Amino acid sequence: MHAGFIFLAVIVGSVLFHIFTPWWWTDIASNWGAMDDTINLTFWIGGGVFILVCLFMVFCLLRYSYKEGRKVEYKPEDHKLEKILTIATTVGVIALLAPGLIVYNDYINTPKNALQIEVNAWQWGWQYRLPGEDGKLGTAKVININDDNPFGINLDDPNGKDDILIQSDVLHLKTDRPVKILLRSLDVLHNYYVPQFRAKMDAIPGIISYYWFEPNKVGEYEVLCAEYCGVGHYAMRAKVIVENESNYENWLNEQETFSDLIAKQGNDNLKTTLIAKSND
Amino acid sequence: MSDEYKNQSSPLEAQSSETMSGSSNGSATDIDYVRPAELPEQDLYHGHSFITKWVFCQDAKIIGVQYFLTAVFTGIVGLILSWLMRLQLGYPDLVPFITAEHYYQFVTMHGMIMVVYFLTALFLGGFGNYLIPLMVGARDMVFPYVNMVSFWMFFIAVCVLMASFFVPGGPTGAGWTLYPPQAILPGSPGSGAGIILMLVSLSLFVIGFTMGGLNYIITILQARTRGMTLMRMPLTIWGIFTATALAMLAFPALLVSCIMMTLDKVLETSFFMPAILQAGEVLDYGGGSPVLFQHLFWFFGHPEVYIVALPAFGIVSDLISVHARKNIFGYRMMVWAIVGIGALSFFVWAHHMYVSGMNPWFGFFFATTTLIIAVPTALKVYNWIITLFRANIRMNTVMLFCLGFIVTFVNGGITGIFLGNVAVDIPLSDTYFVIAHFHMVMGIAPLMVIMGAVYHWFPLVTGRMLSEKLGKWHFWITFLGAYSIYFPMHYLGFIGVPRRYFEMYDSPYVASATGMNEFITLAALIVGASQLIFIYNIVASLRIGKPAGKNPWKANSLEWLTPDVPPTHGNWGDKLPIIYRWPYDFNVPGAKEDYITQTTPPSEVINAEVEKT
Repeated sequence: MHAGFIFLAVIVGSVLFHIFTPWWWTDIASNWGAMDDTINLTFWIGGGVFILVCLFMVFCLLRYSYKEGRKVEYKPEDHKLEKILTIATTVGVIALLAPGLIVYNDYINTPKNALQIEVNAWQWGWQYRLPGEDGKLGTAKVININDDNPFGINLDDPNGKDDILIQSDVLHLKTDRPVKILLRSLDVLHNYYVPQFRAKMDAIPGIISYYWFEPNKVGEYEVLCAEYCGVGHYAMRAKVIVENESNYENWLNEQETFSDLIAKQGNDNLKTTLIAKSND
Repeated sequence: MSDEYKNQSSPLEAQSSETMSGSSNGSATDIDYVRPAELPEQDLYHGHSFITKWVFCQDAKIIGVQYFLTAVFTGIVGLILSWLMRLQLGYPDLVPFITAEHYYQFVTMHGMIMVVYFLTALFLGGFGNYLIPLMVGARDMVFPYVNMVSFWMFFIAVCVLMASFFVPGGPTGAGWTLYPPQAILPGSPGSGAGIILMLVSLSLFVIGFTMGGLNYIITILQARTRGMTLMRMPLTIWGIFTATALAMLAFPALLVSCIMMTLDKVLETSFFMPAILQAGEVLDYGGGSPVLFQHLFWFFGHPEVYIVALPAFGIVSDLISVHARKNIFGYRMMVWAIVGIGALSFFVWAHHMYVSGMNPWFGFFFATTTLIIAVPTALKVYNWIITLFRANIRMNTVMLFCLGFIVTFVNGGITGIFLGNVAVDIPLSDTYFVIAHFHMVMGIAPLMVIMGAVYHWFPLVTGRMLSEKLGKWHFWITFLGAYSIYFPMHYLGFIGVPRRYFEMYDSPYVASATGMNEFITLAALIVGASQLIFIYNIVASLRIGKPAGKNPWKANSLEWLTPDVPPTHGNWGDKLPIIYRWPYDFNVPGAKEDYITQTTPPSEVINAEVEKT
C-alpha cells in the first residue's frame, strides 16, 4: 500500500477519534466558561491547520512519488508566497492570543466582593481559614505553628482572633459568590485544583499566591493536588461542597474561631498573650 | 599539507566580498574563482595504539560514535523505566513490587535521562561531532584534545547518574524538574545521596558539554573550507550551530542552580528554602525562594527544548531535500527562522510557570513571546511541505521518518499553542495534556529525525546500507504505535487527570480513563519492543548489509564526498575540498543529472541554470 494512504488514515482516524471520544471536559461548575471558549477556539483553528498541513503532505506524497525522469520544480525562493504565509500565520496567532489575554486579565483581577479563603497545604493534607466578622484574615507565619496554633497566626495581629479555622479537608462554598483562594504551604509546593472549576495555582512555602473563581453549581467536587509534592502527591485529595446560602451559613456557624480554639484548649500562656494583645 | 596557503601571494590578507564581486578584480571574472584560504591547515594528532585510536580518541568521528552509543545506552535505560511506569498505570496488579517511591524515581530518571543524557548528547555530541567537520570541510574539530575530554566528562556524568540507582534510598524522585523544597526534603524518594548524585552528574555534564560546545561553535565559525560561506552551509549545521550557542548560554543557569541546591542540601544554606515545617518540626531554613529555582531551571529548560529541536529541524530539512530530490524551499528563511527561534527561546521560559505563583503580570509578557515563536516555527513547517510539492519523492525509510516527524511535530506544535496561551494553559497545566504535548513535540518528533538520520548516514559511517524492509516495519510500528500512545493521551488531560499520579483511586470522572490507560500501556510495550528490529537491523547490516559505495543517496553535501568511504582520520586525504555552491542543487534545469554536488565547479555544469549559489 502506498504510504500516503496510511498517513491519510492516521489523519482521518484522528478526526474520528475526536468526534466519537467519550473523554472530554468535565461539566464546568464555575464562572470560567471563557477558558473553555478559548480552548475550543484554539482547538478549531489549531486542528484546522493540522489537518490542512497533513492533507497537503499526503497530496504531495500521492502525486509526486518517485518516478525516473519526473520533472521537478526548481524554485529556491518565492518571496510573495513566504510573505503571504507569514502574514496569515501572524493573523492566526493574534486571533488566538488576544482572547486568551483578555480572559487572563479577568483571572488575575479578583472581584471586590470575593470571599477570601486561605487554603493551607502540607505533606499531605489540607486545611482552611476564613476571615471572621471583621472580614480580614490575620497574618500568619510558619514558625508560629504549634499544637495550639495550627495555622501559625500571629498573636499580635488583632485580625486573626476571629478567624474561622477549619481543620478538615472538606471546604464548603456558597453558589454564585466569587471566592479568592489564598494559598499557603507549610513545607513544599502544592496546587489546589478542582477540574470542574478549571482554575488552579501552586501553593508555595514562604509566599501567598492566589486565584479566584465563582462556583455556580451545587454539588460535591474532588480536589486534586496538581503540583508534585513528594511520595504522597497522588493521595493528596480533598473535597469541596458547593451549596446554597442557607446550608452554607449553617455550616459556617458550626465552625470554630481562633479564640474558641484557644479557650477550648486552655493554654494559659497563649490565652493571656492573646487577651493582652487585644487590649493594646 | 598547507602548500595551497603558501602559494598565495598575500595569504593572510582578508578579502572582503566587495573586492570579489567588483569587475576591477581580475580573478573574479573566472567563474570558478574561490577566495584563498586565510589560515594554515591544522596539524592533527594521529593516534597509533588501540587506546589512542579507539578509547581516548581525538578523531571527532569516533568521538561522535562514542557519544552516540553512550547516549543510546542511557536511552534504553530510559525506555525500560517508561515501561515500568506504564505497567503501573495500566496494569498495577501485574507489578505489585512498584511502590509510589519507585514510581516517582522512574518518572524522574526517565525524564532527566531522555532530555539531557539521551537527546541532547545524541544530537550535539553524536551527530554534531560526526557531521560538523565533514559538512563544513574541516579535517577535524579545532580542539581535538578538548573534544576527547568532553566525551569522557559526559561518560563520567552518565556513570555518576547510573550509580545513583545503587545508593541507599535510590535515585532522586523529585521529578525531572527537581523543584525545591521537595527535591531535598525527606518527603521525596532519594532525597539523600540520590539527589546529590543527580546534581553532581548534571554539573559534570555541563562542564563536559561546554568543552564540546566551544569546539562545535569555533569549528563552524573558523574551520570551514574555502568557499563554504555561512549561507552555503547545510541546514543541519545551522541547526547544530544555533543549538550549541543556546546550550552555551542556557547550561550555566542549570549549573548554578545545581550548585546552589547542592549547597542548600549539604551546607543548609537557604537559596531556595523558605521557613519550612515538616513532620511537626521547623527546619533550619529560612528566607529562600523556591520560585527562584524555577526561574533558573526554566531559563535553562526552555532553550533546552530548542537545543533538541533545532538540530532536528536542520537534519530533517536536509533529509527531506535529498530524498525529495528538490532544493529545500526558502533556505534563507529557514536559516533566519532557526536563528530567530533560538534567540526568542530565551524570552519564553516562564510559560512553564503560569500557575507557579510567580507575579501574575508576567503571564501577559510570556504568553505573547511564546506565541510569537509560533510564527517562525510554522514557517519552517510550511517550507518542509512546500519542498515536497512538485518534487520527486523517494518513499524510502528515511523519507518515511521525515514524514512521521512532520505529522508529530505539527501535532505537538499546535498543542504547544494551547499551553503557551496563558488562559488556555491554566486548566490544562499539570495534566496529561502536558505529557502528551511534550512527548509528541520533543520526544517522538526528534526521535523520528534521529532514526531517519541513522538510516540516512549509516552507509556513510559503516559503508553498508541498512535493510529497507526491516526499516519500513520499524517505522510503521514506531510511528503508528507512538501516535496512538500520545494522541489519545491529550484527552485524559481534557478530563483533568493530573500528571505524576502513582494511581488514580476512585475519582469518579476518571473511571473511564482505565481502559485508555491499559491501551496506552500495550502500545508503549509494543513500540519499545519494536526498537529491537532497529537494533537488529543495525547489528546485522554491519556484517551483511549491501555495500553502500560512494554517495548512495546522490546527495550534494560534503560529507558524502570524502576520498575514502567511510571517511578516515583527517577526512580529506591530501587536499581540502573547495566549495562552489549550496548543498541543495537538485534537479537544476539544464543539468545532466538530478544533483550537483557542492564541489562541482560552475565550469563543469555550464548549462545549469542555478539561481542560488
